[in-house]
Amino acid sequence: MKTPFLRTVLSIVQKDLRGELRSRELVGSMGLFALLSILVFSFALELDRVAREEAISGVLWVTVIYASTIGLNRSMAMEREHGNLDGMLMAPIDRTAIFFGKLVGNLVFTLVVGFILLPVMTALYNKSLLDPIVISLLGLGTLGFATVGTLLATMTVQTRARESLLPIVMLPITLPMMLAAVRATTATLSGTPDDGSISWPAILVVLDVIYLVASFLLFEYVVEE
Amino acid sequence: MSEHALVDIQGLVKAYDLLPILRKLDLTIARGEFVALLGPNGSGKSTLIRLLCGLSRPTAGLIRIGGWELPKESAAVRAQIGLVSHKPLLYDNLSAIENLQFFGRLYNLSGSGLQAHIQAMLVKVGLAKRGHDLVRTYSRGMLQRLSIARALLHNPDILMLDEPYTGLDQDASTVLDGLLKEAHADGRTILMTTHDLPRAAVLPTRVIILSRGVIGYDASASGLDALSLAQIYANVTSMVSAR
Amino acid sequence: MSAVQNLPLQTAEVSGSETHIRTRILQGLTVITVVLVAIGVYLALGYAPTEAAQGEVQRLFYLHLAAFAGAFIAFSATVVGGVIYLRTRAVKWDTLALAGVEVGLVLALINLITGMVWARPIWNTWWTWDPRLTSEAIMILTYAAYLMLRNGIENPEQRRRFASVYGILAMTTVLATLLITRIRPDTIHPVVIGPSPQNAEGGFEMTQRISTTIGINSAIWSIFVPITLIWWRIRLENMAERVRALKAQVIER
Repeated sequence: MKTPFLRTVLSIVQKDLRGELRSRELVGSMGLFALLSILVFSFALELDRVAREEAISGVLWVTVIYASTIGLNRSMAMEREHGNLDGMLMAPIDRTAIFFGKLVGNLVFTLVVGFILLPVMTALYNKSLLDPIVISLLGLGTLGFATVGTLLATMTVQTRARESLLPIVMLPITLPMMLAAVRATTATLSGTPDDGSISWPAILVVLDVIYLVASFLLFEYVVEE
Repeated sequence: MSEHALVDIQGLVKAYDLLPILRKLDLTIARGEFVALLGPNGSGKSTLIRLLCGLSRPTAGLIRIGGWELPKESAAVRAQIGLVSHKPLLYDNLSAIENLQFFGRLYNLSGSGLQAHIQAMLVKVGLAKRGHDLVRTYSRGMLQRLSIARALLHNPDILMLDEPYTGLDQDASTVLDGLLKEAHADGRTILMTTHDLPRAAVLPTRVIILSRGVIGYDASASGLDALSLAQIYANVTSMVSAR
Repeated sequence: MSAVQNLPLQTAEVSGSETHIRTRILQGLTVITVVLVAIGVYLALGYAPTEAAQGEVQRLFYLHLAAFAGAFIAFSATVVGGVIYLRTRAVKWDTLALAGVEVGLVLALINLITGMVWARPIWNTWWTWDPRLTSEAIMILTYAAYLMLRNGIENPEQRRRFASVYGILAMTTVLATLLITRIRPDTIHPVVIGPSPQNAEGGFEMTQRISTTIGINSAIWSIFVPITLIWWRIRLENMAERVRALKAQVIER
């Protein structure tokens, strides 16, 4: 009776990618914001060589998370504007399939922006971020933000305040993620990936799992009326 | 009686906390009926449609559609319903064909069968030539026709329309009339909310007037004309609100 | 005809005598709580010895820890209320969740303020961007965001559902605050149970009297204080609900 789960997820991902390839609306606005943010940070913090070394991972992650809220807002508003969410909810599908479909799209778009950022920051800050460990950390962190963000953005686009509410509800919740991501990146960049006490990448993985499970269980409740 | 009823509603209550929208509604709709649901704004028409589509939970009462119960068997119910909401439920940055493909896949249709079906639907609603154009270039009338194509794509038993005539010009309305007649002739049960009294007197087989969450009038549409319906409508709606 | 009377009203239709008994129990509980808190304060100010290194200001610590324990219980009530609300859709569970957030916020603020007053002489600053302090501030902001989210939603069913979901997620920030001193070795915040981090400044030796005071105060603040406050808050909400119901009935006529 129901449309298979994976098929539904793939259809939604394909739909989002196709629309984005055509309009480049999400990656465009997120990417532009991210570039501006890097420049603004470097002016505002007047980063000299030493300060850059210490601040670079913070700048990277703050930029990524703010850019992701822009993308999440747009991506979910698209489903809301013309009632498309209702259209999907009417189909005989698992509602959590909608979550994973939207999550994959949001993750891909944010990652694209992140991958644009790495070489740009490498050039501007004269510190190589094109490191396999940094890239995998970017993947792990972005997964966590996209997971919680997809769940929360689905809620906030249905509220009165809409766009402005997402950062307010998302930033505090994802702060543990943010902290682990910044720490892990700084440790990698400074060449001391393991200070013996705690493995930051392991915490990232644990948080990813927690967020995925929680969002998987809770999503159904944020789409029904 | 509920054996023959396609839609069976008993004691349906929907309230937002203490604000009642629908108050103990009893209603059965038989297979093949074309029901017009009239009533002033806020009378609960759209709420009723959303409840029947499984998009909203009843506060109390029973809804059974085609033998399946809401909200427990909502996936089975949804598969039999096509919805044309007052929003288009279409993606701006996709073409008509891509939109229909997407929604078709969600209904587990696929492959060349789906392609052929989409073409046939586009011909039916008169959009065959514009199939590859982005939906954002469509006029309101074209959007509404494409919405109907989308709603009928999975060949549902029931077609629900929420104010489909809003914002349409004369020509587009006439086209919509034709599409609805055809869908009805195909044996589909239709439930349509509207403010268009002249149309409600002509097109449907049954007219129901909702007023403040209760059914104020429910009768066959045969023998009704626009004038007498307008009279009845005025009586029913003012009668209830005067209390 | 009044349809409102036919509706399954959310305000529990309890008989007069039952309400009376409940009120009595709550009043009794309130008296007990006040007495216990007073005893706790006495223990902290009179019974516990003056700490040698830190002096009198160390006495704040008993309230500081106890308030956090209470906040933890209150925020846990929010999780419980949220989960059960999503399962049953009975409004009272969402009321519990809301009460948990408000009471938890008050207790967390007490925790924060006592901490700051203590830190002024001990750390020589009101505030420092220590991991635990930052995490606590974020936790408070998360629950403030919970209240904002509720405010932003008109449809009451939707408001309860979203609030339940967010109340459950927000627990992660409470757990992060609890665990962060174990994860972040660079915190200066002392750990009460188990070994303190190397950098911790302001820890002290446990004596019999000190640990007794800590234990009793924490028990009072994590059991009696949150339960009493949450109960009052729920009662207030139910009364407001009754008023709304009566209003709706009047409009209906």
